[in-house]
Amino acid sequence: MDKQAPPISATLLKSPTGITGLDEITGGGLPSGRPTLVCGSAGCGKTMLAIEFLVRGATQFGEPGVFMMFEENAQELTDNVRSLGFDLDELVGQKKIVLDHVHIERSEIEETGEYDLEGLFIRLGHAIDSIGAKRVVLDTVEALFAGLPNHAILRAELRRLFRWLKDRGMTAVITGEKGEASITRYGLEEYVADCVITLDHRVAEQICTRRLRVVKYRGTAHGTNEYPFIIGKRGLSVLPITSIQLDHKASSDRIPTGIARLDDMLGGKGVYRGSSVLISGAPGTGKSSIGAKFADTACRRGERAILFAYEESPEQLLRNMRSVGIDLAPWVKKGLLQIHSSRPTMHGLEQHLVMMHDTVLAFQPSVVVVDPISNLTLDDTEAEVKPTLMRLIDFLKKLQITSVFTSLTTGGNAPEDSQIGVSSLMDTWLLLRNVEFNGERNRLISVLKSRGMAHSNQVREFLMSDAGIDLRDVYLGGDRVLTGTARVAQETQERAAAELRQEDHARKLRQLAAKRKALDAQIAALVAEGEAEEAEVNFAIAQETMQTNTTQQNSDAMGHLRGGNTTEGNSLTKGKR
Amino acid sequence: MNTQATQTKQPETPTAPSFELRLYVAGQTAKSLTAFANLKRICETHLAGQYRIEVIDLTKTPALAAGDQIFAVPTLVRRLPEPIKKIIGDLSNEERVLVGLDVQPVGETA
Repeated sequence: MDKQAPPISATLLKSPTGITGLDEITGGGLPSGRPTLVCGSAGCGKTMLAIEFLVRGATQFGEPGVFMMFEENAQELTDNVRSLGFDLDELVGQKKIVLDHVHIERSEIEETGEYDLEGLFIRLGHAIDSIGAKRVVLDTVEALFAGLPNHAILRAELRRLFRWLKDRGMTAVITGEKGEASITRYGLEEYVADCVITLDHRVAEQICTRRLRVVKYRGTAHGTNEYPFIIGKRGLSVLPITSIQLDHKASSDRIPTGIARLDDMLGGKGVYRGSSVLISGAPGTGKSSIGAKFADTACRRGERAILFAYEESPEQLLRNMRSVGIDLAPWVKKGLLQIHSSRPTMHGLEQHLVMMHDTVLAFQPSVVVVDPISNLTLDDTEAEVKPTLMRLIDFLKKLQITSVFTSLTTGGNAPEDSQIGVSSLMDTWLLLRNVEFNGERNRLISVLKSRGMAHSNQVREFLMSDAGIDLRDVYLGGDRVLTGTARVAQETQERAAAELRQEDHARKLRQLAAKRKALDAQIAALVAEGEAEEAEVNFAIAQETMQTNTTQQNSDAMGHLRGGNTTEGNSLTKGKR
Repeated sequence: MNTQATQTKQPETPTAPSFELRLYVAGQTAKSLTAFANLKRICETHLAGQYRIEVIDLTKTPALAAGDQIFAVPTLVRRLPEPIKKIIGDLSNEERVLVGLDVQPVGETA
């Protein structure tokens, strides 16, 4: 339980009601040992609140209780609350609860002279003593006003009754009919001044919502807002939504969306665990499929997921998702996935939220997909929708549940405008668009925002086929984004152009090679010519040297022959000359 | 005085009394004493010999309160003849008591 209203003092004890959410609003329950007035119009759930207070007290908090009823009889009440899972017969048998029906039939009663309601006191006292009760419910004490003509006596006696209950230390719930000008028709609030709770059953746009408000609670802080509540299968459930504070933890854990290229766009890892994702788009852009894929991926990881579908029945959803390669049926069978389908018009938005609240608490999923929220908000003004959605998102964040909301955008406005009300609550916003061009419609996806991560600024084409969901790069042609066949055409065109370019390159290379070959040939010819010349020169030199040597040898030989005694040195000198 | 003895006087007819009355009170308060005195007087005047009164003190037998659907005291319950009728208050208005008991006043019929 949330300790958002710390106990003011130790003297003001509170008795927990055990009713989901009510103890949170009242900071611990109803004032112990004091009467609490619960009032509202017919059919608003007064009796249900009262009996749940009593049953929970008897079963969960060890406080037996007396239910004194003035309208229904014990059998009717027992039958009525059996639908909430309360077995009054058993509790009566265990001496945890006493049911006492005070039947007042105006036509049977004649009034003459003075009297008091001591008989009622005695009955109540006897019932309290018989089981050691700590809690008392009087439902609806106002029936006495119809049964007894002398209201002066009655008022005096009621004052005494409430005083008496206080003196006996009973934590009491007194129900009262809503009055025209005052809180209750007969002004019971005059006597019961410690805690007043009003219940309301309002119809707006043909949709009914139950609301609860703590009008006053003497000596303690309490939530003063109106809180929607439902009477569900497990009793009352009040959604104390505005009391939730903005203090949820932020996980740095990332979970993939199940679409690899979408994860790439979201910094490569997907969204943060416990963050909220809005997928908005025009009809038929594939919002539901992304949502279903997200749930599918969670189940693949072995986590639990809930899909709230407000457009399709579970069967229809399963079939349709199978057509885009997402088979959810095994998860449903395994108990990892719950699909809750209901008509948005069945309840008001808040009632839906309370139901989601209940379902989520019961199933403890890690991923919740709401498809779509725009249907829930059908009739409400945006000003009303925002706070209620904020409550849901905060609630989910607090439980570290990743939430995916799809939203249908209307044609008229720019897509960015159409979700002003809720977009600020979302951490990640994916925008899906239909682009009609070149005789066909194609889907585009882009990440409008994604808090706390680098994300792609690129528009991608979003493809759905029986093989699944995939993203493709788009082509920019002129001032347009090209998708579908235009993209394919563009791709072909680019491929052709590339081939042409390649051919051109090859041709140029060939030319170059040929040229180089020619040059090589020229070089070879020149080298050969050079070599030939060199050889010629060498030959001439050799010839000359040979001649010189021959002449020398001749002259030496002639000198030898002529002188005969020439010294060696002379001969050497001469030879060198 | 848990259940007071029957206050019957049957001078002529020994048959069972046709009026069976119960007076619920809470202790010996002024109101309960007044109521009892008033009741006795009215019965003696108009129902002589045909009635039986049982006085139940709820402070002593609180369990009996639920049976006859008592919430106010004093309450006079006409158990017989059927249907059950209830008169709450100290029975100070004789005329209304007679209307409540569905009894014809003696003075007018006789």
